[in-house]
Amino acid sequence: MTATAAPPQAPAPAGPPVHKPSVRKRLVPYWLLLPGILWLLVFFVLPMVYQASTSVQTGSLEEGFEVTWHFRTYWDALTEYLPQFLRSLLYAGTATALCLLLGYPLAYLIAFKAGRWRGLLLVLVIAPFFTSFLIRTLAWKTILADGGPVVGALNAVGFLDVTSWLGMTEGDRVLATPLAVVCGLTYNFLPFMILPLYSSLERIDTRLHEAAGDLYARPATVFRKVTFPLSMPGVVSGTLLTFIPASGDYVNAELLGSTDTRMIGNVIQSQYLRILDYPTAAALSFILMAIVLIMVTIYIRRAGTEDLV
Amino acid sequence: MTDKTEGGDVRLSGISKHYGTFTAVHPLDLTVPQGSFFALLGASGCGKTTTLRMIAGLEEPSTGTVHLGDREVTHLPPYKRPVNTVFQSYALFPHLSIFENIAFGLRRRGIKSVKKQVEEMLELVQLGQFAQRKPHQLSGGQQQRVAVARALINHPQVLLLDEPLGALDLKLRRQMQLELKRIQTEVGITFVHVTHDQEEAMTMADTVAVMNGGRVEQLGAPAELYENPRTTFVANFLGTSNLIEASVESAGSDVVVSASGTTLRLPATRCSTTPRAGGKLLVGVRPEKVSLVPAEEENAIAAGRNKITGRIAASSFIGVSTQFVVDSPVCAELEVYVQNIERDARLVPGAEVVLHWNPEHTFGLDAAQDMEAGIETVEESA
Amino acid sequence: MRTPLTWLRRNLVVIAGLGTLAYMILPNVVVTVFSFNNPSGRFNYAWQEFSLDAWKDPCGVADMCGSLGLSLQIALWSTLAATALGTAIAFALVRYRFRARGAVNSLIFLPMAMPEIVMAASLLALFLNMGIQLGFWTILIAHIMFCLSFVVAAVKARVLSMDPRLEEAARDLYAGPVQTFLRVTLPIAAPGIAAGALLSFALSFDDFIITNFNSGNTVTFPMFVWGSAQRGTPVQINVIGTAMFVIAVLVVLAGQMVGNRRKKAQPK
Repeated sequence: MTATAAPPQAPAPAGPPVHKPSVRKRLVPYWLLLPGILWLLVFFVLPMVYQASTSVQTGSLEEGFEVTWHFRTYWDALTEYLPQFLRSLLYAGTATALCLLLGYPLAYLIAFKAGRWRGLLLVLVIAPFFTSFLIRTLAWKTILADGGPVVGALNAVGFLDVTSWLGMTEGDRVLATPLAVVCGLTYNFLPFMILPLYSSLERIDTRLHEAAGDLYARPATVFRKVTFPLSMPGVVSGTLLTFIPASGDYVNAELLGSTDTRMIGNVIQSQYLRILDYPTAAALSFILMAIVLIMVTIYIRRAGTEDLV
Repeated sequence: MTDKTEGGDVRLSGISKHYGTFTAVHPLDLTVPQGSFFALLGASGCGKTTTLRMIAGLEEPSTGTVHLGDREVTHLPPYKRPVNTVFQSYALFPHLSIFENIAFGLRRRGIKSVKKQVEEMLELVQLGQFAQRKPHQLSGGQQQRVAVARALINHPQVLLLDEPLGALDLKLRRQMQLELKRIQTEVGITFVHVTHDQEEAMTMADTVAVMNGGRVEQLGAPAELYENPRTTFVANFLGTSNLIEASVESAGSDVVVSASGTTLRLPATRCSTTPRAGGKLLVGVRPEKVSLVPAEEENAIAAGRNKITGRIAASSFIGVSTQFVVDSPVCAELEVYVQNIERDARLVPGAEVVLHWNPEHTFGLDAAQDMEAGIETVEESA
Repeated sequence: MRTPLTWLRRNLVVIAGLGTLAYMILPNVVVTVFSFNNPSGRFNYAWQEFSLDAWKDPCGVADMCGSLGLSLQIALWSTLAATALGTAIAFALVRYRFRARGAVNSLIFLPMAMPEIVMAASLLALFLNMGIQLGFWTILIAHIMFCLSFVVAAVKARVLSMDPRLEEAARDLYAGPVQTFLRVTLPIAAPGIAAGALLSFALSFDDFIITNFNSGNTVTFPMFVWGSAQRGTPVQINVIGTAMFVIAVLVVLAGQMVGNRRKKAQPK
């Protein structure tokens, strides 16, 4: 026998030198990261810093702005535009709930019931993406036009009575009401709800349904106890992907709403691009960011899924 | 690539591997002679795969050197070593055909006309008609053969096999074991085979190194390891052993020990430690060496054999043999395998019995070890 | 007993799902139908009469096709840049252990977890403070920035599911680092990279909010549509929208058909 095992207790005292991976090798990940991370630092993080400094400046466009640590801007902005903040959260929240309500059956249908139609249905969900969303949003102006068939039908079944009792419509109109804005938001972000829902539903082993049925669960119970809990990752990322962009949106409120449906996005946009009150605009967008980040963090904690990316 | 006139031994000197504070492999010296079929056997996490990967160049050793023949390759990257690997779960390139998978190594070394060699290789592993398929279109056994062909076509000095049969079902596994053995004899290349399956290691390898906790516990030919385990781990990991804790009465060329009033004998040459009178010794015997008779026939047992009385606790019939578990004051749960030649109707659970065996078949181990070592860690081989 | 009510209950999911689908498709139908309209005023919101005028002269509106070309150009460049940068980050994150992994992960995640308007506003703050002229380059910079995270996410998912032993096998079979990357890593990661690139293209091409803030006087196609909503919507917008929809559906369906045929061709 030519082989021997070294005595186990020998710690190799003056033994061969310890090999270390070369410096060049260890730097590889940093080289890979460098350009992209630099880009994000300069064009994502640095702008935040500039915006932070802008938000505590005072002055006017003519005389120029100067950092005066004027934190009152935040308080003033918040109190002045509180209705728009609340409206944004309300509209975005309602649209998210509607997206979940409308999107879940479709995602479920595609994942479990579509059979050979699955591919086509998925294409139909994604396809609208390829037409500019502004064009599609403008189409809602036609669909919801005063006196049009859709509004007429909604009126006939008494739907508009309910929504006007809820304060979402006024009289026979849908356009230029909160309902139109929420409808547009829901429409715009539905694919962002359906796709994550679909991908988490699709991963569920259908034998689990059979097993639950075998263990005396009725179809409704199977859904409540098995399917829905297992689709939670999709529900969580879908609601986030809907709520976050919806809360900052101003396109739907501008195109489908009226001055009474202005959301905080509209305010920030006009402050930055029309009124040119940069400190207020910067403060408003920081407040929006803080609100969204806090809500998202709490939501993710409570939903118990932190591995979203 | 290969120069067979050079000595093709694989020589590991003092190699070890640390990951932070965790030591995967303790400093280890090992020589694998050229042309041999060498198995590294152990439970998962014992360091066997890390050792293999250090030979392949996929892991850089923390200390020590690796030699192939006279050439030091410790710091050569894997693509510069005349060593090829058959990976666990094969790692066939999913985007390439079987032909291109096998040709991969040749092409990387700048060989232009690969067709003839690849076709020969496909014949060797009997996959001629599958050349244009993609890996996922083959069965597990076929994929495994492609993995072997892809490595062998490069005529490596050493072929490394990392649990190559782990993903196959039992029957296919037996078949592939014979197949690999045939290929190895045919091509004469050194095979280093990593496995957790003791039967596989013993069937295929000329030499087996049993690893445990980053160290080689024992190394030798399969029969030698089986008959003369030097540690409780080897005794339990390779097959099954009955281990009895006993105190040494006298230690001459024959060692006499006693356990709970029962006296047993064994040759001193079969002890892995030097027994001292008054000291402790673990006495072991393999279940198939033991005979079992009903208590009333005790007198018929030949003189000079080791005897233990007990009661059958359980028996299971498995075709070629019946396996009994016998409870005895000497040792609980002694295992006995009896060949099914003539089945004795009296040997049923609850029966009083006498176990007896040739003292020559007894081995002695250092009592300062964990008697259970190697039992729990044995993975199911199916 | 099979009453209409039990039928309804059994097929509730199908009915609700198809209802949602109708809701999602309806605007596209309207866009298509109104591309054949001949509106009486400046706005194309009410049906007047059938006409092929807009289809015969899709670029008949001043500046529209120019803005379309600009959008395609920006989408192309930002896709290329974001895909290259994002793929490198994804590989670093999956394949290497290094300090600041957590920080890098958060930095990638944040742009996706933030309302677009916040990024749009802060970028504008940067450009204003630095005195940078708004236009093509500022739009491109912004698009690369927000596409980057989506590419990282798409490529990361693919590389994570890839067996690292494949690369080891390549190295074991005499492929050096460059060869290993070109012959094994890249082909296997390609679907993830392609998905990230496609997503980038769609996001950039259709982006409005960030562009609205950082474009200055430069008009991309979404900016053109936005402006026309105030000044008057030409029918040609609907023609472009319809054509994009049809082309996209055809491309995706063709892709699926090729995929299906390939699957069927594989004997097993």
